[in-house]
Amino acid sequence: MSPAPAVDIKTLTIDGKEVSARAGQTILEVARENSIAIPTLCHLDGLSDVGACRLCMVEIAGTPKLFPACVATVEEGQVVTTSSDRLKKHRRTILELLFAERNHVCSVCVANGHCELQTLGQEQGLTHIRLPYRNPKLEIDGSHERFTLDQNRCILCTRCVRVCAEVEGAHIWDVMGRGIDSMVITDLHQPWGESACTRCGKCVQVCPTGALFDKSKVGSPHPKYPEFLPALQMMREQQ
Amino acid sequence: MSKHTLATVWLDGCSGCHMSFLDMDERLVELAEHFDLIYSPLVDLKTYPEHVDFALVEGAISSTDDEAKIKKIRAHTGVLIAMGDCAITGNVPAMRNPYSAKEVTDRAYFENASAQQQLPTIYVPTLLKTVRPIQEFVKVDYYLPGCPPAADTFHAFLTGLIEGKPVDVSALTRFGA
Repeated sequence: MSPAPAVDIKTLTIDGKEVSARAGQTILEVARENSIAIPTLCHLDGLSDVGACRLCMVEIAGTPKLFPACVATVEEGQVVTTSSDRLKKHRRTILELLFAERNHVCSVCVANGHCELQTLGQEQGLTHIRLPYRNPKLEIDGSHERFTLDQNRCILCTRCVRVCAEVEGAHIWDVMGRGIDSMVITDLHQPWGESACTRCGKCVQVCPTGALFDKSKVGSPHPKYPEFLPALQMMREQQ
Repeated sequence: MSKHTLATVWLDGCSGCHMSFLDMDERLVELAEHFDLIYSPLVDLKTYPEHVDFALVEGAISSTDDEAKIKKIRAHTGVLIAMGDCAITGNVPAMRNPYSAKEVTDRAYFENASAQQQLPTIYVPTLLKTVRPIQEFVKVDYYLPGCPPAADTFHAFLTGLIEGKPVDVSALTRFGA
């Protein structure tokens, strides 16, 4: 009888719970498999992880540093804490920075009631922003026949960039500029309507806020359906 | 039992928060057993009283007049509550912020005026450079987000105040609610 293929199993503790994981799995994956909730914003099942938003930061015993759970992989004997006063404080501050950086006017936003930023704000107990609002003057690109890009609502999660490159294979989205001046752009900063866009709409469905929206949904509820991604991924793997 | 004094204030907002407050309907009668509404757009008094226990403030700070008012309110109020998204975030009034105050007044009084194009010089207060939430000017004790906060939210919040057990506002409402 041939021996079973060796699987490298790691045992660790998350929030006091002993869990086992396969080597190479991320802390976020393992936490969610064990029904431990970690808030995320740039992570989306079915896309690669980039650790852009930092909401999923966790504490690991033995180091004062914080680690983004979406890209930090499990180690044998790790002791992970996903919720503490320090983490709550940082998560709240991250959300406040996002709200203050651009113009998020929930009451008149097409995504009101279906926005991941808005929902996370409520979940993390945000009742006001302690920082001054920047109120930058930003562009709205309405050149596409079906969709609109509103930079006022963009949080630079880069889900649109990843879905277009990794799943649609068109890679028309990218990020231009640096730091606070970073903007998502289509092609080499051509208007979206004149770009090589395939009009599939995946970027709109994965956008967590009202930055990318379907023009036909203005004035009506605009829920998004990013759940298609893991299903699509599974289908492709089976082929 | 002595009643608490209550004020409601209308700064740069649409009065929607006040409408929602009134939407408490018959529950207002029950609240009136605990609160005396002594200053409000709904009552006649024109000057802010010497002392008010609780003040609900609707609207952002957009003009020199709003700024003077919120400072006066803070000085004469026990517990100041920011009511609705305009007071808390600037919301719709703050959508002018990417533009200068001059661009805004030019648009209103010149570009879109078909007759008597002129800047008002009396009664209309000067616009501040940007519209700001009230917590950037004064200390706020409670925040009640929403556009507007629902009548049920007002009721749960005010009931909590009466009972001395402040409610978890995030369980009731959010920005844009």
